[in-house]
Order: sequence, then structure tokens, then C-alpha cells
Amino acid sequence: MTTETLVPVDEALTRYDPVMGLEIHIELNTTTKMFCGCPTEFGAEPNTQVCPVCLALPGALPVVNAKAIESAIRIGLALNCEIAEWCRFARKNYFYPDMPKNFQTSQYDEPIAFDGHVDVEVDGETYRIDIERAHMEEDTGKSLHVGGSTGRIHGADFSLVDYNRAGIPLIEIVTRTIEVPGDKAAAVARAYVSYVRDLIGGLGVSDVRMDQGSLRADVNLSLKPKGSTTLGTRSETKNVNSFRSVERAVRYEISRHAGILDQGGSVLQETRHFHEDTGTTSSGREKSDADDYRYFPEPDLAPVSPSREWVEELRATLPEPPAVRRARLQADWGFSDLEMRDTIGAGALQLVADTIEAGATPQAARKWWLGEMARRANEQGADLDSLGITPLQVAEIQALIDAGRINDKLARSVFDGVIAGEGTPEEVIVGRQLEVVSDDGALGDAVDRAIAGDPDAAQKIRDGKQAAAGALIGAVMKEMRGQADAGRVRELILEKLT
Amino acid sequence: MSEPAKGISRADVSHLAGLARIDLSEAELDHFAAELPAILEHVAVVQQAAGDDVEAMSHPVPVNNVFREDVVVPCLTPEEALAGAPASEQQRFLVPKILGED
Repeated sequence: MTTETLVPVDEALTRYDPVMGLEIHIELNTTTKMFCGCPTEFGAEPNTQVCPVCLALPGALPVVNAKAIESAIRIGLALNCEIAEWCRFARKNYFYPDMPKNFQTSQYDEPIAFDGHVDVEVDGETYRIDIERAHMEEDTGKSLHVGGSTGRIHGADFSLVDYNRAGIPLIEIVTRTIEVPGDKAAAVARAYVSYVRDLIGGLGVSDVRMDQGSLRADVNLSLKPKGSTTLGTRSETKNVNSFRSVERAVRYEISRHAGILDQGGSVLQETRHFHEDTGTTSSGREKSDADDYRYFPEPDLAPVSPSREWVEELRATLPEPPAVRRARLQADWGFSDLEMRDTIGAGALQLVADTIEAGATPQAARKWWLGEMARRANEQGADLDSLGITPLQVAEIQALIDAGRINDKLARSVFDGVIAGEGTPEEVIVGRQLEVVSDDGALGDAVDRAIAGDPDAAQKIRDGKQAAAGALIGAVMKEMRGQADAGRVRELILEKLT
Repeated sequence: MSEPAKGISRADVSHLAGLARIDLSEAELDHFAAELPAILEHVAVVQQAAGDDVEAMSHPVPVNNVFREDVVVPCLTPEEALAGAPASEQQRFLVPKILGED
């Protein structure tokens, strides 16, 4: 591997303007595949959800899943796109073992949805992202590369292929070029992917889980010298698997491209792989003759011609637009503008909404997701929704705090246990013996010892200085290893001394 | 979707063979470079039959919107699915080492 010269992003942006294009693949949550009736459950045993159609056995005839078309139209409408009056599927021809037909059924110059836009917000500024198209296609199988030292393809001796995923409906959303102030590019890219996640999650047509691959982002980026209008050569960074990584991939590619251009070199048009551990990209594959996909209309599938009545019916099913929803939620929750902006910026809007839906107060939901959970996500370099804890569990833990069973400190240990797979919050409390002691017998003894151990504080309380109780409460909490109901301890201290 | 090629060069044949993963010898390249243009000429005759007022069609009958409901139908068993595979392992299709990466 050649050593790359990286230019710090801030410095690069003094000489170049980044131009981005983002592609997002959304796996739909239909019950069955795009062109056959095989189920689409995530995590099933290999090759248990396959049939002659998705294995491309001779004579098999694909038939389009009506629900997938409906979902595609709803996604198009949510992205403010036009919906095609008539469009066809096309064959994208290439040889790769995860695609058993030797072509991917996709759409070429007739996407079902086109010419849309969304508005995303970064640091209080709104940026319009133009959507070129949203088209329908199918997912590929999954390859397991065996024999190579690293598990990546290079060096593998052979591959094992599972076709359960082959044929699951995908929607690919392609932006037009995005040109925003260079110092905002990475944040805008992240905000856009996060926005699309929330938007499509709100439609209920996909799980939109980046960590499970039901939302996948590719980042295309090029630099042009400041003042120039000529686009540079772009790199395509594939399968960036978290919001944070989208941001990092943009920054890394800005640094890398600038390093090449500064030395008078030319950027290769190639795919790149993003590495979560280092935040870097490495060369994947150069564009070559093999990228001549020879698209042609799919003769086995009838064209799709959604009636205008159907499109309008589907438009009527759309949830309120995100900006309206955000304003409503902010009013409902009583969040300040800053609290709301932080919540959206952290990609926590839906998580907070779901936590409140599950019974927590807005401030409690915000506190956990933007505090404890954000800290954990940051430490792990992960997104909030891949921490292994659900909004329902957060709400349950908050309910246990409200009931006095645990306190905030113990709650952190409950989170640890839930994330470690030790069961429900209730089971973790039992398993780790975390319940706070509010039994007056045990607490009373500890309070007595605390009073005996700090006669000065005790005297101050007797003299009417209730603030001095803090020292005694601290002593009791220490003795009880944090597992005491602090409110009850305070009451007992005051009862005994006043 | 490109216009049909008027002529076809030896380089075109080589390119197409590469795309189709067909390993052609030098002699075969010469042979097909001579033969394919003749085939294209015959096809061109058929293309003339349709006037400019006839739109190119991808489907023989004008049928739109052939859909099925989103309902599960029974799959193959893994044994059935793998029955025709030259090799399998861990209930997966075993395929040779992949050179190009994507």
C-alpha cells in the first residue's frame, strides 16, 4: 500500500471546495422479496429463504411485489419527488457470485421517482439537498470469504454464498451534486443521512438500521480548486456504516484528495472502502472495462405505471413533513431551541420520541440519550441506535428510578447489564443485586453509624442547619455502596435529629 | 441504452468477450471480428422494417402493472437449494476465489 499524503482538512479547505454526491440504499421491510414470495427475515439460517426465482434457476419467472412499489412511491413522495407515469426495470449485467442471475434487476434511465429535494439543518442553517432519483432494485446475496488472512476478499481461497438477502427490495436514493461551504460539508453529509433515516423510518417502510445494513450510504467526493468551475475526479467510498462514519469519510477523502492534488497528481476514479477502526479509506477497485453494465429493459417484468389516483392516495398516507413534526414535538416536549437542535444533531430525535412514547418524561428521555448514551456511543465510536439498548428499555429503567427502586447511579449499572445481554432491566437489577435499600431497619442502622461517626454534622442539624445533612447522607450512601434511597436516608436523618 | 453498433471491430469483440468472461484465442477473435458484422447487417435489415413512427418496444404486449401481493410462499429447503451446486459448505454455495473486489 502506498503511503498517502494527507492535508489537514482546515488547510485543504483554504485551497479547495468539496463537491459531494450521496447514495443511500434502503432495504424495504416488506414481508417478501422484490420478485418472489420468499420471506425477508434478518438473521435466518443460510439459504433457507430462497427459491427458483432468487436463485435464478432456469425457467423461473419474477413477479413484482405490489407492496414494494407502494413503499417506493411513498419514499419518492416523502423526498418531494415526481413519480414516473410509466417506468421499467432494467438488467444491470455483471458477473459476481453474490448475484446468481449474472445481472441485478434495477432501474436505469426510468426511475420510479425523480427530481426531489430535502432540507437539512446544520448549526441552525438550512441546506437544500436536491434528489436526482430514487429507483428500485434488489439486494445481493452475502459472501463469506474463507482462507484469507484478514477476511477481506484479497487473499481468500474461496467464498461461501448465502442467498437469503438476494432479491430483498432496495430503494437507491441518489442526490445531485452537493456544494456547501467546505467546513460544513462533512456535517451536512451526516445530517442528510440522518434526516433520510428519520424520514423513511417515519414512513414505516424500512427498519433503517445502519448497523444491520438496512440503510447503507456511499459517499462520492471530489475537490475543485477554489474559484474553478471544473469538477475534479471523484472517489466513491462504499458502505459507510454509521452517521459518524459518513462525517469521517468525507473529512478523510478531503484530506486525501488535497494531498494528491497539491503534489500535482490526479485522483483515481475508484471505489474506496471505509475502515471504522482508523477512520481511513483504502483503495477498492478502479473503474474499468468491467463497469460496462449493458443495461437493457427487463423483458420478464411488466412496466410499472402507477395511476395518478394511486399516487394521490399514497400521498395522503404520508406522515406530517419532518419540519412540521419537529415543531410539534418541540412544543409537546417543551424543549428549548437548543435542546431540540442538540437532540436532532445527535441523531436522537426518534429515540427520544420512542422513549417518551414508552412512558418516560421528555426531559428524562433527553437526559439519558444525550448524556449517558451519547457518552457511550462516543466512546465506542458507534451510533446511538446501535448501542444495544432500546427506547423501551430506557423508559423501563427511568420508571424504576421514578419508583425509587434504583437511583441514577445504579441505573448506569443497569444499562451496562442490559447492553451486556444480561436480560431485562428487572432481571439485571436482580442479577446484579442493584436494588436500592429503602428498608428502614437496614437504613436506620447505617444512619445511626453515620451520626456517631460525624458528631459535628449531627450537632449542626440539631441546631437547625439542615444543609449539613448532605455529609451524613454521603456517609450512608458510601456504606451502602450507593444502593440506598437517598431521599429516605435524608428523612431518617432529620427524623432522628430534629 | 445504446444504439445498435453499425460496425464491430476486433477490439469490440475482445471487449465483449471480456465482459462475457469468454476466453477467445487470437484466431477466434479474428473469426468473430469478421462474422459478427455480417450478423449485424442482417439484423439491420429487420430494423428497417419498422418505420420512424414505430417506437422501439421492450415487451411484446402492452401490459403494465403485473403485481403480486406481499405474501410468503414456501421456499426451497436448503438441501433442495444446494442440490445443484458443484460444491457447498456450511449450508452455503462454495465458489472459487473472487479476484475483482467490489
